Amino acid sequence: MLFIISMFLSISSAQEQFPKLNRYATDLTNTISANQLEYLNRDLKTFDDTTSNQLVFLMLASLNNYPVEMFAYEVATRNNIGTKENNNGVLLLVAKNDRKMRIEVGYGLEGALPDALASSIIRNEIAPHFRRDDYYSGVQAGLNAIKLATMGEYKRDKILDDDEGTGFPIIYFIIFIALSILSSMRGGRGGGLAGLILLGGMTGGKGRSSGGFGGGGFSGGSFGGFSGGGGSFGGGGASGGW
Amino acid sequence: MKNKGLMIGCGIGAVLVVIIIGFVLWGVSIYNSLITLEEGVNQSWAQVESQYQRRADLVPNLVNTVKGVAEFERETFTAVTEARARVNQINFTPEMLENPNAFQQFQSAQGELSSALSRLLVTVENYPQLKANENFLQLQAQLEGTENRIAVERMKFNQAVQGYNTRIRRFPANFIAGITGFNQKQYFQAAEGADEVPRVEF
Repeated sequence: MLFIISMFLSISSAQEQFPKLNRYATDLTNTISANQLEYLNRDLKTFDDTTSNQLVFLMLASLNNYPVEMFAYEVATRNNIGTKENNNGVLLLVAKNDRKMRIEVGYGLEGALPDALASSIIRNEIAPHFRRDDYYSGVQAGLNAIKLATMGEYKRDKILDDDEGTGFPIIYFIIFIALSILSSMRGGRGGGLAGLILLGGMTGGKGRSSGGFGGGGFSGGSFGGFSGGGGSFGGGGASGGW
Repeated sequence: MKNKGLMIGCGIGAVLVVIIIGFVLWGVSIYNSLITLEEGVNQSWAQVESQYQRRADLVPNLVNTVKGVAEFERETFTAVTEARARVNQINFTPEMLENPNAFQQFQSAQGELSSALSRLLVTVENYPQLKANENFLQLQAQLEGTENRIAVERMKFNQAVQGYNTRIRRFPANFIAGITGFNQKQYFQAAEGADEVPRVEF
């Protein structure tokens, strides 16, 4: 464990080691065919859209001698997987040549996907396929099991609400300016009070919505593209090999 | 003439009052930012502690499961159980984060439990029937997950302490920190001989 800590401390110099992800499913080893990868990508995008859980898959050749726990934590954290309010990100990391894998679970899903379950998914769902060199089936089985476990945990609609919330202050702001211009044109101070009240409403509105922005919702720009929502991780999950 | 002197005196007094008020406001804002940083440290400490607690809670279950299969490794069990008892005896409060001795004690007690546990898991390698026991595998996964969480939370704690310690030592905040009693807090350090502890490969 202390070894892992010292590794954690020494990595800041090697940031480029950890891939920046812009798809839900990424295979840097070209083991999984483009069609299958695209299918996984769309599937995970739909999962994000419906549940707000961001489940991301990454396969790479080698961990460059980093412990898989640390590598997965860094990839998950640097890519901000999961939403900021719920910390509901999961990363399935597979290092093909090292024959190691890890399911890294965000704080908010540790209850739905505890370590023992993550470990069981690795041992019983994924590893058997990997041993037969059938990577796609293994990954698919693993992702499905993770989806099943985390499905009911959060709902997407909350974030849409918050997006609406961010619209309010702008309207207040415009009204506030319009009123103050009006009142100054009339030379009186009649609009001042109304303006102040609206200003209060404006800041109130801002405060209410501040928690929500940063969900996976703005990933819709390019089709099927992934963009992290700012979820954080505490080292939950399990590792395994095959 | 007398009137003029009074006015100058009043002017100087007013300027002094403004300066003092400015000073106090500045001090208050620094003080508040220090409070926020200290709360951050305490909060990440709570995370560290709860993960250590979680590990201690796993031990009896793990020992019982292993005991059934590997009964004659008595020494190893005793070491784990004793280390756990010592860990549970420590009553650590956030104030102790400023006390190097208490912190060192906490760290070494937890370190003993770490190494006792990893010795136990190395011993277990000799019992293939355990490796096929789903109950044991799950406990092992939980223990491994907890060790990893401890590593992550310790790292986050060290970062929080670093931010806090840097702030209270730097000018000009060190001035406010000094008169309001903010002290430096301890970091986790890799213990001597940590590299010699067998690293468990699951």
